Amino acid sequence: MSLTNERIQQRLTEKFGDVLTGFEEPFGLLTFTAQKDHNLKIMQFLFDDEELRFRFLTDITAVHYPERKNEELAVVYHLHNLVDNVRLRLKVFAPVAAPQVFTATSLYESANWMERETYDFFGIDFVGHPNLIRILNVDEMTYFPMRKEFPLEDAMRIDKDDEMFGRGGNI
Amino acid sequence: MSDQKQHIKLPEGSIEKTTTTLNLGPTHPATHGVFQNILEIDGERIVSAVSTVGYIHRAFEKIAERRPYYQITPLTDRLNYCSAPINNMGWIMTVEKLLGLEIPKRVDYLRVIIMELARIADHLICNAVMGVDTGALTGFVYLMTYRELIYEIYEEICGSRLTTNIGRIGGFERNFTPAAFAKIEKFLAEYPAVLKEFETLLTRNRIFMERTQGVGGISAEKALSYGFTGPNLRAAGVDYDVRVANPYSSYQDFDFSVPVGTTGDCYDRYLVRNAEMWESISIIRQAMEKLKSLPDDVYHADVPAYYLPDKKDVYTKMEALIYHFKIVMGESDILPGEVYNAVEGANGELGFYLISDGGRSPYRLHFRRPCFIYYQAYAEMVKGAMLSDAIVCMSSLNLIAGELDA
Repeated sequence: MSLTNERIQQRLTEKFGDVLTGFEEPFGLLTFTAQKDHNLKIMQFLFDDEELRFRFLTDITAVHYPERKNEELAVVYHLHNLVDNVRLRLKVFAPVAAPQVFTATSLYESANWMERETYDFFGIDFVGHPNLIRILNVDEMTYFPMRKEFPLEDAMRIDKDDEMFGRGGNI
Repeated sequence: MSDQKQHIKLPEGSIEKTTTTLNLGPTHPATHGVFQNILEIDGERIVSAVSTVGYIHRAFEKIAERRPYYQITPLTDRLNYCSAPINNMGWIMTVEKLLGLEIPKRVDYLRVIIMELARIADHLICNAVMGVDTGALTGFVYLMTYRELIYEIYEEICGSRLTTNIGRIGGFERNFTPAAFAKIEKFLAEYPAVLKEFETLLTRNRIFMERTQGVGGISAEKALSYGFTGPNLRAAGVDYDVRVANPYSSYQDFDFSVPVGTTGDCYDRYLVRNAEMWESISIIRQAMEKLKSLPDDVYHADVPAYYLPDKKDVYTKMEALIYHFKIVMGESDILPGEVYNAVEGANGELGFYLISDGGRSPYRLHFRRPCFIYYQAYAEMVKGAMLSDAIVCMSSLNLIAGELDA
């Protein structure tokens, strides 16, 4: 447990400087934001560096913030250093009009399906991915359903006859 | 047939000189769930495999964006439905972490008992089914009796069996009854002998060993690269266990070891799961012992703003009624924040990535499902193996369709 969040932050700032912003530690998990084109370089550094050794990819997912102009989509990586047992969270923001982000499949085999899932639901275009096709949804789908412009059905709507489902109707 | 063009590169020493496409699944009885694998086979040898997933995708992450926090617990049931309580607890603990609630020790220990029972239920199914797939139905039928007993324990505690919806934010919905404790004691008294007998049936069984040793092996480096966690990673020789690495629910108070394998093949996965069942039994015993020294009427934290009150109090007490209304209508303050919380599910690290914007429902909730992540290695693991090995490999990975597709 020698590797502290301060030390990781120091190493990263030395190497990348202004590329990384927004360092914070919600619930003790080091979180920071990287510029869009640098995500792979940073993960490569975190992977290769003999001190940092973030060689386990825990999770890739995305978040949609429709109100943030030109950075509507956030790709969130959770990395884990299993030797020192330290986790960190890396975020990359991309505009919804051009959601190109470099793939991490060259570093982690597990990134393959995680990125396909993220593409499937948010439409993040992972540049360099070997097989970027839909994974959980049907192939014919033409939209990305986890984006916020697709709200779930209004629970209070009254134009639908729910009699068959035991909710209202004229019983 | 013979003049048909052969597109797929045949392995050395091919007998058939052509490959056949075989759809293994999505409803094949040997796949134990909705999995499709499109196999190219040369005789009985697999040349390549392509996995198709998503047959029972139910969009839980989207549905969760509309539900209040306490209504998301039933969604998590349906991830790994063989060990639903672990998922429930994982979700509840994620919310508790976000809210910063202090949970009493007794609740932690009760949770440990439930989670370890769920782990045993999951592992025993996986190992028993491995026996079935290699031709030994006896162990399966025998162990099922004890899964039934575990389900009866769930029933005593929460009223349901498979999809449990057990626990509330802050603790449990009701205290464990004496009948529940009696059944746990019965389980602890009887199950070790049964597990021992099950091991004598399979562990040194020549047929079982021939079918599983050296089949579906994966190296530790590959397993880490593919994001393996849980028993499948430990079978490859990496001692990563979330219960030890990031203890939750007072796991640090317990004394247990993390069994590891060496080759990461089906036989090692079987051995690791069996050894983990023994560890789980010991953890439950320790928890039962620790409960004796604690007051026996504490089953939830004192957090009225988040813990759904007892129905009797809702009808008779003003405060309980107010809190009940506020929780159900989503008016209790959930702090904005971003939290990742992981528990050791039966299949590995089950993570919950939760972003709250202070509203009634999560802004974003993502499940890190261990099954989904390690299933992508399956195609590589069965390449070059026999068709029957692919079946054993699949059951030894303990793939659960609900967790795979969320």
